[in-house]
Amino acid sequence: MSDTAAAPAASKSRELASGPGRALVAVYAVFTLAAGARSGVQLALRFDDAPVAYLLSALAAVIYLLATVALWSSKRSVALGAIAVELVGVLGVGLFSFLDPDLFPEPTVWSHFGSGYGYVPVLLPILGLLWLRKAAARVS
Amino acid sequence: MVGWLAGALIAVTLAVAVWFLLLSRADKMIQAVHLLVMAVLEVGLLAQVVVAAVRLTGGHEPAEQATFIGYLIGSLVVLPVGAFLAVGERSKWGTVAAAVACLTVPVVILRMQELWSVTGV
Repeated sequence: MSDTAAAPAASKSRELASGPGRALVAVYAVFTLAAGARSGVQLALRFDDAPVAYLLSALAAVIYLLATVALWSSKRSVALGAIAVELVGVLGVGLFSFLDPDLFPEPTVWSHFGSGYGYVPVLLPILGLLWLRKAAARVS
Repeated sequence: MVGWLAGALIAVTLAVAVWFLLLSRADKMIQAVHLLVMAVLEVGLLAQVVVAAVRLTGGHEPAEQATFIGYLIGSLVVLPVGAFLAVGERSKWGTVAAAVACLTVPVVILRMQELWSVTGV
């Protein structure tokens, strides 16, 4: 049933980062890099142009980093919190970027449900939550 | 940047990503030969960074220099991180992690090309 035949007891500390979780960590790491680099440059060079958009990108970067680290180190509740906030964020910002575009003169990672990033931003938290549930079922 | 080098890197990293995805579908894990291929790609990316750095210091100004340099550095980080994640997971999912890293490279190069060609101040 399990595709990771290696000692189950020893793999506890990497529970969330093994199997499909490993691919998830890779995607989260890429998004941490993308959002972090983008917001770092924006905040440093032209904060006044679009403070709301830039701060949201920075928040996204922090949440992606948190999710990456929590998945990697199997901190389940931290991962759950970060990914839940991520889902709310991408849905909320996605919605508001359509309803009130003036709020976001510059796109954020989460604008238009992440269309600038191939809609991965809206899929990622859903996959993340599914994985957390599946991994929890695997333990018990 | 150099057009043909960027184009070649995009094509090859895409091809390698597809190769890795097919491997993972066949339930294969990452082997030394795949890491070697990733290392060769990294050398290509390094060459691109050197060329871009030379032309940047030579006066070429891309649209958003800071962002461009961010992408330039990012392009070197992605494959090593992907390889690290892949090596630690001896299942098909490690291969997927490597594929994700390979898929990221063409996106980064495309963004860099956009910025590079926009201005030329």
